[in-house]
Amino acid sequence: MSPPRLLAAAAAGAGARPPNGRPVGRTWRRRFSAAVLPRRLLRSASVRFGILYAGIFGISALALAVFLWWSTAGLLDRQTDAAINADVQGLSERYTEGGLLALEETIEQRLAGNVDDDALYLLADPGLRRMAGNLEHWPARMPLDFAWDELAIERAGIRGMARVRQFQLAGGFHLLVGRDVEVRRQMARLLTDALLWSAGVMLVLGTVGAVAVRGLFRLTLADVSATAAAISAGDLTRRVRVSGHGDEFDLLAETINDMLDRIGRLMDGVRQVSNSIAHDLRTPITRARVRLEDAATHAQNETDLRAAIERAVTDLDGVVAVFQALLRIAEIEAGARRSAFAPFDLAPVLLDLADLYGAVAEERGQRLAVDIAPAVPAIGDRDMIQQAVANLLDNALKFTPEGGVIQLSATAEPSQGVHIVVADQGPGIPEADRTRATERFFRGESARSTPGSGLGLTLVQAVVTLHGGWLRLEDNHPGLRAEMRIAARGRFEGPPSVKASS
Amino acid sequence: MRILVVEDDKDVAGFIVKGLKEAGHVVEHTDNGRDGLFLAASENFDAIVLDRMLPGGIDGLRLLETLRGQNNNTPVLILSALAQVEERVRGLKAGSDDYLTKPFAFAELLARVEALARRGKGEGPTTKLVAGDLEMDLLSRGVKRAGQKIDLQPREFRLLEYLMRHVGQVVTRTMLLEGVWDYHFDPQTNVIDVHVSRLRQKVDKPFPTPLIHTIRNAGYMLRAEQP
Repeated sequence: MSPPRLLAAAAAGAGARPPNGRPVGRTWRRRFSAAVLPRRLLRSASVRFGILYAGIFGISALALAVFLWWSTAGLLDRQTDAAINADVQGLSERYTEGGLLALEETIEQRLAGNVDDDALYLLADPGLRRMAGNLEHWPARMPLDFAWDELAIERAGIRGMARVRQFQLAGGFHLLVGRDVEVRRQMARLLTDALLWSAGVMLVLGTVGAVAVRGLFRLTLADVSATAAAISAGDLTRRVRVSGHGDEFDLLAETINDMLDRIGRLMDGVRQVSNSIAHDLRTPITRARVRLEDAATHAQNETDLRAAIERAVTDLDGVVAVFQALLRIAEIEAGARRSAFAPFDLAPVLLDLADLYGAVAEERGQRLAVDIAPAVPAIGDRDMIQQAVANLLDNALKFTPEGGVIQLSATAEPSQGVHIVVADQGPGIPEADRTRATERFFRGESARSTPGSGLGLTLVQAVVTLHGGWLRLEDNHPGLRAEMRIAARGRFEGPPSVKASS
Repeated sequence: MRILVVEDDKDVAGFIVKGLKEAGHVVEHTDNGRDGLFLAASENFDAIVLDRMLPGGIDGLRLLETLRGQNNNTPVLILSALAQVEERVRGLKAGSDDYLTKPFAFAELLARVEALARRGKGEGPTTKLVAGDLEMDLLSRGVKRAGQKIDLQPREFRLLEYLMRHVGQVVTRTMLLEGVWDYHFDPQTNVIDVHVSRLRQKVDKPFPTPLIHTIRNAGYMLRAEQP
């Protein structure tokens, strides 16, 4: 590929994002809903939930009513029709078998056997004159070509409704079979009334429920919202109220509160770091500046000038080193690297460190005693743990006098995790200072005269915290005994209540 | 050697170019990614010093990825103010051969660029390293000087091997920490000096001429003859 085309390819890759970053789908949805409901109302999640609640409530109530109707009034109607059909079938069979006389006899029998007194029969000749049955005359409004009908009847002075079926017999005779359904009609009316009423009640209940749901949401979220608003406004001490019911809202509130606590701690850390930078980096920067200015004004010859510049560069390198250490600690504390955790054997890593520092100890007339278990399975970031142990060894070597012994030991227990101990015979850290020893830029009295940034133990602390462990500083009689613990299998626990004990 | 410097900061670029030229290299410089990619793709360089944040739409990583996409394997050293572990990993994943963070010492940059350019020359796998009268057999892991056997600990062997692979070049303490110990942090203690001094006891002390030289403000160099 020629270079210009290559450039074009790279540029095309760079410009893949649309010029206007606003998502398209969202605007569309907003426009759509604005057309259906007032925008302000729909934007409220509580209203949406309320409407959803009312909708679901209404639909289920309607389904219940339909089912109730179908299984009561509908069932009775169907039963009536089936009985009439069976009657017609039976009677027409009798007529085919035994003729008119047998039919009349059967009708009389059936009427006599009808306990509920709701059956209606009428047999009429081709001239529609009554021949048998319990109806006085052929219904006036009954046309001859209708199979089914409902009509008002009057029997023994009582008006009622009947459902009837008309059947044409051979020879021009008409048969009318029916059932008095007045009682059922009344029941259906009652049922309809009841259902209509309950629909009204449902509507009211649904609305009340929707309003209640909306209110509940408002109430619960209002506190979260108010807390968030207060925090945005700068009041970092505010927390979401926990009702104590242990429900989902409490869970949410606790999660938010945890998050706020962490943000608070981070903010404190940032404040502390900025203060420390202000105080502790001023010194070396001032020194470098003074050297350069002094050289610029007072240097007698080029050699002096060069020497001064070189010393200033060394000072600035020190400042850079402190910056890098600070950034590294911040990076570890942020915990972003936890995703890169992997299981590995710590034993060879520690033996390497022992090899590296053993030579240095020997050079200084000290002795590094190493006691490392054959296998130390750990989970974490190899580079970080390496650096943490290196920092402890750096300190131990720095403070142990000539002829002293430095111990490096490591054990691993599946239930306890990994223990790494670095013990020296230096001046140690006074008990009062131990809790502060891991703070950024903290330097004990005895450390003031030695070179160092006061960040070594801070990094160790950050590393063990990230690995779910703890760092304990103890008296080694004499000296300092630093014990690092790293959680096994990536289990993370809080630090013990007493971080520094003697 | 021909070296391309892609760096937009005028002062930093001027300093690097001047330093590299003083060290005897031919240097091309450009201050934006577009021209950088054009030059890198169209001309032959022994090494490229590449800043990450560049003006002109193509940043260092994109330049590098495009270059590697074209099977151009010119050694690249990324020089960036982005110092976090993740950023280093991103740079190396994009195809860089080394990653140096700003601020930097020029000696460190020069040593690393020269090591890269030399490595780019691609000598095949060797079984034997020689520097003057010092011989190292990589298969039997034996070391001899002037025919005399020298016993080395495994770590001393690797340290000497690293120095011999970079014979005639300056290697910095950081390079040794990374290359020999695979450590990516700077110990407070002068650990490297101690180990080099131990190596000298075995390799240089019994013999009339020293091979391992200390280069002031930079590091060490294994060199066969006196300059």
